[in-house]
Amino acid sequence: MEWYALLIQQVINGLALGSVYSLIALGYTMVYGIIKLINFAHGEIYMLGAYFGFYAITVWKLHLAPALIISMALASLLGIVLERIAYKPLRNAPRIAALITAIGASLFLQSAAQFTFGANFKPFPQVIPFKRIALGPAYITNRQLIMFGVALILMVVLHIIVQYTRVGRAMRAVSLDKEAAMLMGINVDRIISFTFALGSSLAAAGGILVGMYYNRIDPYMGMMPGLKGFTAAVLGGIGVIPGAVIGGLIMGTAENLVVAFGSSTFRDAVAFAILILVLLLKPGGLLGKSENEKV
Amino acid sequence: MLNLKGPQGRWNFFMIAGILGLYGLIQLLAAAKILLSYHLQILSLACINIILVVSLNLIMGFTGQFSLGHAGFLAIGAYLSASLTVFYQLPFWLALIASGLAAAFVGVLIGLPALRLRGDYLAIATLGFGEIIRVIILNISAVGGPRGFTGIPRHTTFGLTYFLMIAAVVIIKNFIYSAHGRACISIREDETAAGSLGINTTYYKVVAFAIGAMFAGVAGALFSHYMQFISPTTGQIGFMRSVDILIMLVLGGLGNLTGSVVVAVFLTFLPEFLRGFAEYRMLIYPVLLLLMMLFRPEGLMGKTELSYSYLENIFSKFKRKGLRPDGTN
Amino acid sequence: MAQTRGLQVTDLTVQIGGLKAVSGLNLELYPGELVGLIGPNGAGKTTVFNALTGFCAPCAGRVVFDTKDLTNKPPHVVAKHRLARTFQNIRLFKELSVLDNLKIAYHSNFKYSILSGILRSGQYHSQEKKANEFALEILELVGLADRAQDQAGTLSYGGQRKLEIARALVMKPKLLLLDEPAAGMNPFETAELVDLIYKVKKDFDLTVFLIEHDMDLVMNVCERLYVLDYGVLIGQGSVQEVRTNHKVIQAYLGEELLCQS
Repeated sequence: MEWYALLIQQVINGLALGSVYSLIALGYTMVYGIIKLINFAHGEIYMLGAYFGFYAITVWKLHLAPALIISMALASLLGIVLERIAYKPLRNAPRIAALITAIGASLFLQSAAQFTFGANFKPFPQVIPFKRIALGPAYITNRQLIMFGVALILMVVLHIIVQYTRVGRAMRAVSLDKEAAMLMGINVDRIISFTFALGSSLAAAGGILVGMYYNRIDPYMGMMPGLKGFTAAVLGGIGVIPGAVIGGLIMGTAENLVVAFGSSTFRDAVAFAILILVLLLKPGGLLGKSENEKV
Repeated sequence: MLNLKGPQGRWNFFMIAGILGLYGLIQLLAAAKILLSYHLQILSLACINIILVVSLNLIMGFTGQFSLGHAGFLAIGAYLSASLTVFYQLPFWLALIASGLAAAFVGVLIGLPALRLRGDYLAIATLGFGEIIRVIILNISAVGGPRGFTGIPRHTTFGLTYFLMIAAVVIIKNFIYSAHGRACISIREDETAAGSLGINTTYYKVVAFAIGAMFAGVAGALFSHYMQFISPTTGQIGFMRSVDILIMLVLGGLGNLTGSVVVAVFLTFLPEFLRGFAEYRMLIYPVLLLLMMLFRPEGLMGKTELSYSYLENIFSKFKRKGLRPDGTN
Repeated sequence: MAQTRGLQVTDLTVQIGGLKAVSGLNLELYPGELVGLIGPNGAGKTTVFNALTGFCAPCAGRVVFDTKDLTNKPPHVVAKHRLARTFQNIRLFKELSVLDNLKIAYHSNFKYSILSGILRSGQYHSQEKKANEFALEILELVGLADRAQDQAGTLSYGGQRKLEIARALVMKPKLLLLDEPAAGMNPFETAELVDLIYKVKKDFDLTVFLIEHDMDLVMNVCERLYVLDYGVLIGQGSVQEVRTNHKVIQAYLGEELLCQS
């Protein structure tokens, strides 16, 4: 392959993977925006979403679309339960305690998955026959198109929910000022639950799409994409929804380019390098604003 | 220097006697073949874990800086010391010192920019730094790359880890109870107020980071020269190892040295002696962590430190009770 | 450069998020004075304190204290020039003991190194002893000596305000900035506070600059006043002068009330 063809190919691959990072990043960004907590267990919800999809397809013999919807629904439920059990009691505790709890929740879900589903990877069923479509000097696969398509639809739905519905308006109000929202009669607990449900369902969709893309799922698959999704959220500006989308696409592309033109062992280091650079140079992210602590 | 006069002096004397006595007892049991080399290995690993937990306690528990990259400093110590003894035939003590200094240096290098960040952002940035260190090691073929570093000479003895552990605990304890340690604690309590009182908060954050990193580096050198093998897995020198250290720290109590020591020993022994526990470890620890944050966020020991003044307090309560049998004051 | 001692602030302008919180402020404090800074809510008083003590960077102007330029210096450097402050919303180390709160403030007076702290050198012991004695002396002065070992957070509200002043005094300041020291105090506590301010001012040879909403307190203790409104100085002078200043009355009472009277 010529270098430019390789470049185009890697950008396509990167954007496909990046669209999943965007889905994960959206969950991080919404939860952080509303309760100022890095939900470390978000990556595990993504992983469990992939497993839910796996069982929906293999056991219930469902097709991809219904499996996706069932998995998203189950993940929403899981997100709500997680928030109620692990995070809600600590809402007014020091942030260090909440963060430790989040790490604990992440570890717990990971080990629980390992016990339930086994530590080895499972091959993800091939529901969609593989096809390649020529795109100039490069190719795009039908699976990549599905990834783009599903991610895009979900993002549009999310945008409509957040911008044009009552509950979306309440979400925005809670993220601006929890106390004020409470005084306006908004049920803050319910909004927080809803936010977790929304974020978790997006992560689950991402999990299934990646399971389909790589043909395999395992209990540890959530950790790195979780951290990358978080990086994407920070890169775009945490709390900013369009930022998470842009951040995810940049992350996916950057990662694929480094793998193609550098070394694959540095794949995961790219994410961290980007994260640290953003945190140090522009902690507010690309689309965010920086905040100063009030004295 | 060392005070051996008065009641505090008597306490110091008993502590020293206890430390030496415990060492003597273990060596005696080892000579009598009651403690086998397998037991000594667990004891040594417990000492190494104490060093790691106590040093993370300085950064997180006392200075309040959330670090998820502590294993990165361990990695630097483990790999640097092994390279020095294997490739350059340097004496171990020199490699040990070099490891500590190199880890401290990297700690400062990372700390200067990263410590501008607060709370969870700092946690994620240190996690990133730790993983970058691991990925770099993974890509150095001279130290075995992903296969791991083999053929490291066994220089670490139980005695060495034991006394270095004691040194680490005493140094960090004395630091904490000095003006410099109080400066660190004030940053944890309220960084703004600390600044207004003339405390250079950046300087003390970096100092805490450097001292903590130094001891983690030393622990790494002890570890690689005990196990004679080190591999760049996340469980040995990566994020999962950092989380392991964090769990011990949190269960023992952030800002409690006695708790760090007790829990580090306990959690090193538990999986070895309780069969089947190792398997369920990662299912039980997170639940413990959650319960701890909910019901006892200050750790198992609370604010209680094993010290002369603590015992004196208990003792004086006894005395008071003795004087007034009815229990009133 | 004027080589007078005391505090000189020239043309100080502070911007917060595109809004001018303080603009073109000039003020001067002479050694030994007790001066008040008053103004309606949101006038920028605390911002002035923050700019003086390095907590927010002014975008223009100069702060000179004791002939030394303190503009844009970080808080800990400002503190080392013996300029101490308290906070509007009390920032004690609530989990630590009362004594430890004071010993932390003694920080700049400790001269032993990290190493001698770890090795417990003679220097360590003698300086720690001195710090303890000095802290207890200050506690005696503010009437909290019997609470030395208690957690700072367990003190009453008035006690916490006092402790915060005590903590500032341990720094051996030349200029003390008090941000609403009487806020939330009952009349009895306020009277006690006034006595305390007089006492420490005399004993420590202090210059005091205070923000306060309690007008009785301000009119009683302050020798001179600066009045701030919307970040601009609208009046200054003796208590009498400020009381009769038209602009000041207007700012406090609003246009309508003035017309009615």
